[in-house]
Order: sequence, then C-alpha cells, then structure tokens
Amino acid sequence: MVKLRVEFLGGLDVVFNKQRTYDLDIPSSGAFTIKDLLDYLVDKMIDNPKDVEVFIEDGTVRPGIITLINDADWELEGELEYEIEDGDVISFTSTLHGG
Amino acid sequence: MSWKPPSDPVNTKNKPIKVSQLCELCHCRKAILKRPKNLQKICKECFFHVFETEIHNTIVTNNLFYPGERVAVGASGGKDSTVLAHIMKLLNERYNYGIDITLLSVDEGIVGYRDDSLATVKRNQKQYGLPLEIVSFKELYNWTMDEIVATAGIRNSCTYCGVFRRQSLDRGAQKLKIHHVITGHNADDMAETVLMNILRGDVARLEKSTAIITQSSGSPIKRSKPFKYSYQKEIVLYAHYKKLDYFSTECTYAPEAFRGTARELMKNLEAVRPSCIIDIIHSGENLVLKEKEQRFKKLGPGEDPLTVNSGFIDGNRCERCNYLSSNKICKACMLLEGLEKNRAAITLEKDSSVDGAARVMRTLEHLSF
Repeated sequence: MVKLRVEFLGGLDVVFNKQRTYDLDIPSSGAFTIKDLLDYLVDKMIDNPKDVEVFIEDGTVRPGIITLINDADWELEGELEYEIEDGDVISFTSTLHGG
Repeated sequence: MSWKPPSDPVNTKNKPIKVSQLCELCHCRKAILKRPKNLQKICKECFFHVFETEIHNTIVTNNLFYPGERVAVGASGGKDSTVLAHIMKLLNERYNYGIDITLLSVDEGIVGYRDDSLATVKRNQKQYGLPLEIVSFKELYNWTMDEIVATAGIRNSCTYCGVFRRQSLDRGAQKLKIHHVITGHNADDMAETVLMNILRGDVARLEKSTAIITQSSGSPIKRSKPFKYSYQKEIVLYAHYKKLDYFSTECTYAPEAFRGTARELMKNLEAVRPSCIIDIIHSGENLVLKEKEQRFKKLGPGEDPLTVNSGFIDGNRCERCNYLSSNKICKACMLLEGLEKNRAAITLEKDSSVDGAARVMRTLEHLSF
C-alpha cells in the first residue's frame, strides 16, 4: 500500500475528470515506481481512451508536460525509476496550452 | 471561479542529501530543477535569482525602457503574461527602471474561455496593484469571436482572432496614450516562429521574427518581448513555485494547425537536446537577408521594384480605418468586409446559438454512444 497525492495542473485536469488533486491509496507489494503510477493513472483514471495520448507518449510522460516529485524536477529523481514513498506529492503540469 | 494555489509539497524523509544532489550555484541546498538552457542543477532560491536576473540583463542590454516610460503589458491571464506582469513589477521596483506599468487585455468575446481568463486578469490587477484596461472586439469591430465563428466557420478562426487581436492591442495602447506594449512571448514561441517561417519559406518574416523590439516605421507603438530568452518550462516552474494565479485552458476553438505541428516538433527536439530552443533563436538571429536590389534583379521596364517584389511597405495607412497597412486596405478591414457580407440578415431574439458555440462544439466532440 502506498499513499500519495497526484496533481494535474496547467489544464491537464481536463483529462482527469476536471479534478486537479487526488489523494490515492494504491495497493502494491514491494517497490512502486513512477512507471507503475503512470500505468495506474492510464488504467484507472483516464475515462476516455482517446485522452491517453494527451498525457502519455512512447511509454513516458509526453514532452511538454513537466513532472515534479515533491516539487523537484523528476529528471533529478530518476524519472520513471523513482520509487514512490508514503506522503509523496507527484504533480504533472502541461505547458502546451497558449500563454 | 476562485483560485486555489497548488500544494507546497515538502516530504521530509530525514534522508541525508548526497553531494551530487546539491545546487551547483550555492552548493548548500538541494537542487530542484535542471535548467534546460545549460543543464545546470539548481535550487529554488537560486532559480528565482538567475531567472529574474537574466530577464533584467535582457532588458538592460537591449535598452528596452527609458525612465518615465509608460508601458502596457499585454495580459491574457495565461501563464506567460501573468509571470510577465509579476516580473515587470518586481524588476521595476528592484532596479528602479522608473516605468509606469498598465495591464492591457483584449476581450475577443469567446464565451467559456476568454470570460474566465479575464476574471484571472482582474484578480491579477488586484494582486499586483496595477491599472487594467480591457478593449473588446465587440466595441472595436462590432463582432465577437463567437459571432465570427458562427458566420465564417471554425477553420479560419485563428486568422481572424490573430489579426484583430494585434490591432486591438495597438488601439488599446493608443487609447491610453501608451507607446510601448510588452508581450509574454517566450523563447519557445520565438523558436517555433523561426521554424515555421523556415518550413514555409517565408523569407520576409524570417528576418523580423527574432527581433526583440519591433516597430513599423510610422507606427507610434513599439512592441517588445522581455522573455525572448526565457524557456517556457522555466516560466511555468516560476509560476508554480511562486504560486502565481494564472489561467490554463486551451482556447475552445481549433488551434492553429500548422503552429501546432511546429510546436510538437520543437517539444520533441527539446526532449532530445534542451538547448536547441536557444540555438534555433541564435540561428534565426544570424540569418540576414541580402539587400533587395541584389536579391531581385529581373525587373520589367518601368516596373516599381516595391510592388513587384511584394516586400513589406512600411508607413502606409489603410484607406478605411487609417491603421498602418502594407496594402491599400488593411487586413482587418478586408476580413470585416467579408464578414459583413455574410452576416445573417435576421437575428432571433434572445438567440443563444452564438454564445458559447465553441463550448457546445467541444462537448459534442466528446460525446460517444
């Protein structure tokens, strides 16, 4: 079981039922990585299958979406390999909409 | 619509920080981002400092302002213009530019999009204590974007919106007697424009597209882009860390297809090599065209090189509205003429089919049975 919060910012909430913040309890045995989280989000939380490509491209977060792990750029935390711990906040911010 | 800032996640795990995780500038705090420009790992405090200072340097090296100048910030409520308003106020106070800042917004009349983003601008006005002026398509042209789309269709919506918005900003500034409009165009936008102009062979625009200050001769209003060298990613992160209140929804009408393609290409390039954005701008800056006489030698007898070569003619005015135009009649008046011909002769009372037409269209798109 891993307890975490995910945030969808910069307009990404549109794909996730127009809700920006979710507190999740995800059952898991052993390490739960960002890769596992992405699979979970795609499987359980995107209602319209057409919307998946807004969020995911080639098995990772689409370029132009900023991923932060506890407010730090995921590039510094190991990206897909990062192991999520209880209390972590993972946020996804789209930069693709107009300015 | 009220605004709630994103949470401030600090998950203290009491884990010792490795030396390799430290900020490369101050060497004492944990780095939280990798700058796309140079791949430097830096902490939040150092990020604020370098981000703000780089913009200050851009402003100073290019002499963007003079003391006492009145400046209008083109404010849409989106991330770039919100950060721009915040930064300009901050730098003006920190470095004593002595400029007078006003927020200037254009209301295109798009129900379900612009009305919400204007609400953001109105909150920004209070948060930053800056005066705000809103000019609308309706009052300037007697058309809202919703009406234009209902008449002319959704395909060309960006053409109309772009032409009218550009003019509206100028007219709004003129109304306020302000001669300088600054916009939140960032490095990504500029690189995208350079790419677009290269891809479609638009040589005339290519040279102009990287200028930080643009002003047509004869125009009383100049425009500049203080974020010319600022990455979109850093602007978004700055807004995120500073908890700035900005509006983020895609316009309800179809995005400009070609720009979308160029943007996609840019984002994919950036993923492979983050410095490419600044590199494309650098390439664009160094592409200088030959003098016209050398480029076009084949002129018929008695032909005027200006009309034959169809380059920009600066300083001409539109016969109808007196706005600057390279042709006899400006683009906006030409578009308006086409629209007027097609305006429905009879309108139903309390006709609601126009307001929010885009929103309805969007909803319909997502319906499935």
